[in-house]
Amino acid sequence: MNRLALFIPLALFVCFAIIVWQVKGSDPEAVPSALLGRAVPAFNMPMVKDAEKLVSEKDLVVDGHALINMWATWCGPCRIEHPYLVSLAESGVAIFGVNGKDDLDAARKWLAEKGDPYQFSVFDIEGRLGLDMGVTGYPETFLIGQDGKILHKRVGIMDERIWVRDFLPIIEKL
Amino acid sequence: MSLDYKPLFVCKRFFRTGIFSVLMLLVVSLSATAEDFYPFDNDDDRERFLRFSHELRCPQCKSQNLAGSDADVAEDLKRELHRLITEKQTDQEIVEFMVSRYGEFVLYKPQFKSNTYLLWLLPFALFLLGVLVFVFVILKRQPDDDDE
Repeated sequence: MNRLALFIPLALFVCFAIIVWQVKGSDPEAVPSALLGRAVPAFNMPMVKDAEKLVSEKDLVVDGHALINMWATWCGPCRIEHPYLVSLAESGVAIFGVNGKDDLDAARKWLAEKGDPYQFSVFDIEGRLGLDMGVTGYPETFLIGQDGKILHKRVGIMDERIWVRDFLPIIEKL
Repeated sequence: MSLDYKPLFVCKRFFRTGIFSVLMLLVVSLSATAEDFYPFDNDDDRERFLRFSHELRCPQCKSQNLAGSDADVAEDLKRELHRLITEKQTDQEIVEFMVSRYGEFVLYKPQFKSNTYLLWLLPFALFLLGVLVFVFVILKRQPDDDDE
């Protein structure tokens, strides 16, 4: 009995090692999104193209699946991912844009020069919709399903690798 | 030997004054953030703002709280926090606002729930275990000492 007690420190060490091992394996950058499985928050905001016209979450008409992309002209990485968004849109993916904390003229100029991959872009001047969607920075891209629920969120640049690795497997299961 | 000693002395003094001035700067900057950018009309609100901005974690720069972060999203959340506090929202409502958007990740002080029982109770359990081991060892040792 006493001899077995000598193994207690070893057992504790093994438990501790397993915990450390698991923490080490997880991605420290990964933030669990609070919005997964939930509907897109309600909003009522002007469109970038036509600031007279208000759009709401009901205007996000989804056929199968769609993307919501948070972008801004002041955001450097958005510049990098933009061509890929254009090519995604050309291949038939519906993308809705949310233009956050931006200048209306600059946003229009951006779309005119670089091409407009969006069904429409919401003009979110205070970044309130971004905040409601739990955005930690721009760009971010959400995948939404037929019922308007959020299925996945990408923080950072969207590209071919991310699309194939993270988005396609979820879309194929729909 | 005396040559070796002198630079060390100067060095020590430098560090002492250096640390002091850094501390002074910290004190000054802390009061500046609270007072200048987020005005409140009473001390209770100001105190709540300070408490929350220290207890809430910045979703972007993960090892900083809102008070210590200059990230865009931290500024936004501080503005929201200011709004919620001036609107006299309860602590519970403020926590819910943050958690519904950014998850429990933003709470440096996690809620007491089924998946955090271990986190909250383990220290007490380990302390209890330590006390038990201590008592056990003492009780066991006593008769041995008597025998000798």
